[in-house]
Amino acid sequence: MTLPYAAVETTPLVHLSTADFIIVVFYFALVLAIGFYLRGRANTGEDFFMAGREMTAWVAGLSFLSANLGALELMGWAGSAYQYGILATHWYWIGAIPAMLFLALVMMPFYYISKTHSVPGYLKLRFGEPARAVSAVSFAFMTVLMSGVNMFAMAKVMQIVLGWDINKSIWLSAATVAIYVALGGLRSAIFNEVLQFFLIWAGALLIPILGLYEAGGWANMKAQIAARASEQYVHMWSGLGSFTDNPMGINWAGIVFGLAAVISMGYWTTDFLVVQRILAAKDIRSAEMAPIIGAGFKMFVPLIVILPGLLGLAVLPMKLVPESVAAVTGAHSYNDVLPLMLARYCGPGLLGLGITALIAGFMSGMAGNVTAFTTVWTYDIYRPLINSKGTDHHYVNMGRWTTVIGVLISIGTAYLVMQFASIMDYVQALFSFFIAPLFGTVILGMLWKRATGPGGFLGLLCGTLSSIGMWAWVKVDPSALRYVALSPHAKALAQDMFQALWSFLVCVIVTVVVSLATKPKTDAELTNLVYGLTPVPSVGNIPVYQKPVFWAGVVGVVFVILNIIFW
Amino acid sequence: MISIWFFIGVSLLVNGLLILCAGIYEFWHPPAQQVVLYNLHASVWWGALMTVIGSGYCYFFKPGQKKA
Repeated sequence: MTLPYAAVETTPLVHLSTADFIIVVFYFALVLAIGFYLRGRANTGEDFFMAGREMTAWVAGLSFLSANLGALELMGWAGSAYQYGILATHWYWIGAIPAMLFLALVMMPFYYISKTHSVPGYLKLRFGEPARAVSAVSFAFMTVLMSGVNMFAMAKVMQIVLGWDINKSIWLSAATVAIYVALGGLRSAIFNEVLQFFLIWAGALLIPILGLYEAGGWANMKAQIAARASEQYVHMWSGLGSFTDNPMGINWAGIVFGLAAVISMGYWTTDFLVVQRILAAKDIRSAEMAPIIGAGFKMFVPLIVILPGLLGLAVLPMKLVPESVAAVTGAHSYNDVLPLMLARYCGPGLLGLGITALIAGFMSGMAGNVTAFTTVWTYDIYRPLINSKGTDHHYVNMGRWTTVIGVLISIGTAYLVMQFASIMDYVQALFSFFIAPLFGTVILGMLWKRATGPGGFLGLLCGTLSSIGMWAWVKVDPSALRYVALSPHAKALAQDMFQALWSFLVCVIVTVVVSLATKPKTDAELTNLVYGLTPVPSVGNIPVYQKPVFWAGVVGVVFVILNIIFW
Repeated sequence: MISIWFFIGVSLLVNGLLILCAGIYEFWHPPAQQVVLYNLHASVWWGALMTVIGSGYCYFFKPGQKKA
């Protein structure tokens, strides 16, 4: 998702009243108060980096979802819904729910029983130091860079929406996140993410309620969209038969195999930013239930993200345009749809709550990046490669300082993006390079005991390089998209899906071939790391309705029904 | 330890009261530039709903009662 970064000066979309300011200031005061309150409970490594591993399923699950529910996510996907219609919902349903349930029922027991601090940490246990080093360094680098890019984009949004000074926005929000994470560690980040989750819903839910009222209900909204755009904007699957039958320029194979089977699986099961929240769960049942709770809520996030975009198509008097056109003409872009809808319905007080929801979304995403970076740096780079003899107290101090340094690097990145706006596109592309191959490495490591250290390392490396190679090929020769995405009619999003699919396959093939040619590990070395050699911990003798598999089934059934309803 | 749900209750309660008060003020002093569907007075009922939910959370999860 790209958001406004073009250097345009426009009149602010909204003006805050006194009540709105008080609500925003109260939010900052409360998150800082939580950080100060929890500072005494972050004295050991387990406390600071893993929140003491004592989070309940609900807290871990809501935090897991909230870390992903950033402001860019909210505004970017609302803009995508305006641009592509209800197709954007695929990123919330088939592009999330199966992966979250897979994480809960299949992968979580391995992460949990290995007692790893991180996903790179699991790679060390399973494949050895080289695989961990590649994964940890690339993850740390990209996380802190993404944090900076998001910080700049959010400050730019605040400038466009509210007319706020971009420097003050960057420093105020960054300092707040640095303080509450450095003081309370992961526990503080998780507590604030749960708070932010509630604020996001409280601030954003009114838009679809009032929007549907204004549009005259769902059926009338669909009729208005069909008249102003196309009938295909309100169907999720019926236009995916070919690349030319839908506004996104993608087909069902790209959605099912690229998005659902690879990108989504990679993100939700191996991106440490979200997995870290689950590792903080207090027991195996909570660790399995947390992603299922997250999946249950994730299914309804389109209510506050996609529906406002669709309602914008139906009721807004003006026509929104692509970012590149908005930068030249001064018109509103697709990405402005959420603030425009907010300004349309929300008076004093409600407007402050909506703006607070956006700020909260931004800060939860940034805190997620910072805590994941801090843990990976301390446990997977600093301890094994720089100083392996430090005390627990030393590593906690390193974590606190890394939090501050990580935020400062993010600020530096934000200013770099301000000077060279195209960096934003490159960084977002870079991040996608690592996700799909990493999933191939982790899933083979968990399910196939014959996979070896050299196989895992070379598979990860070749998968990543192949992804970079395909991206560079299309960059140099745009007509190459017909080969990468299998159609001359494919658009940019289709490229991402198929690029991920091919890099995943390269990773799997290289891992298998190299593993078969190298010496396998013994069963004893793989105990608690690989399926078949690990006694999967039981959730205990509890009633059926308390078992994770039961609730996963409930979520799965609702997921299928929703897809049929909006087919 | 204070429960996370108590913090959430405080947030909903304070924000709810602020929005409710702003809504009531706006009800008696209608602004010159009104938002779409102003006649529904969303600030009043949304603020009241948040206040009720926030109060419930504060009561049931007040410090010393339940763990996070």
